[in-house]
Amino acid sequence: MYFPFHSSLVYSFGMLSFADFFSVKKNKKMENYQYESVIILTPVLSEKQMEDAIAGYRQLITENDGTIIHEENWGLTKLAYPIQKKVTGFYHIFEFNAPGDLVAKLELAYRRDEQVMRYLTTRLDKHAARYNERRRNGAFKKSNTETEVTAS
Amino acid sequence: MSKKGKNSNFMFNTRPVEHQRKKYCRFKKSGIKYIDYKNPDFLLKFVNEQGKILPRRITGTSLKYQRKVAQAVKRARHLALLPFVGDQLK
Repeated sequence: MYFPFHSSLVYSFGMLSFADFFSVKKNKKMENYQYESVIILTPVLSEKQMEDAIAGYRQLITENDGTIIHEENWGLTKLAYPIQKKVTGFYHIFEFNAPGDLVAKLELAYRRDEQVMRYLTTRLDKHAARYNERRRNGAFKKSNTETEVTAS
Repeated sequence: MSKKGKNSNFMFNTRPVEHQRKKYCRFKKSGIKYIDYKNPDFLLKFVNEQGKILPRRITGTSLKYQRKVAQAVKRARHLALLPFVGDQLK
């Protein structure tokens, strides 16, 4: 009684791992990571144009299997040095979960778009993700000592 | 402690040896794991008046976190949150 049961167990387990192995191989580059993307839009845009540009990128992210976790708009902010002879810019931050091949598509779109003066996309590790979550929840609002208190 | 300690420090420090406080890494001490490049006010502590990154021997940061500080400062510069060159930053 014991032996056939045991052998069937081994067999099914073997088949499962075989299928698993292939599905992992096929989906390897679709692995999801958490990213953060900051863009600086030119200040010559009207409020409406800025909203449209941002909505376009939001759509691009969600269409390519990404899910937006958080967005932040700093509005018109002064730059530390002039870019394209502009001294201010609209800062917008996307935080999203997406497969790795989205980043290339997103950055290609940024480069083609003349409204985007600068962009920076970074992958967040677990500490960064936790930090951003705490920042969102307003754990450190006071500007100067805020990271000092971060003891996580 | 007396002769050797004084000798190794005499170029950089005019304070007497006994008054020196030991340097420490603020990130290790307060358990900070991630340095945010979007917060220029904080990064300003690791930069001199010209906007150059301060060396470890002055700030006391451990190597692990010095690398992260440098990375964050450079990202902040790219996003025009910190200047590449500045005058009278502080």
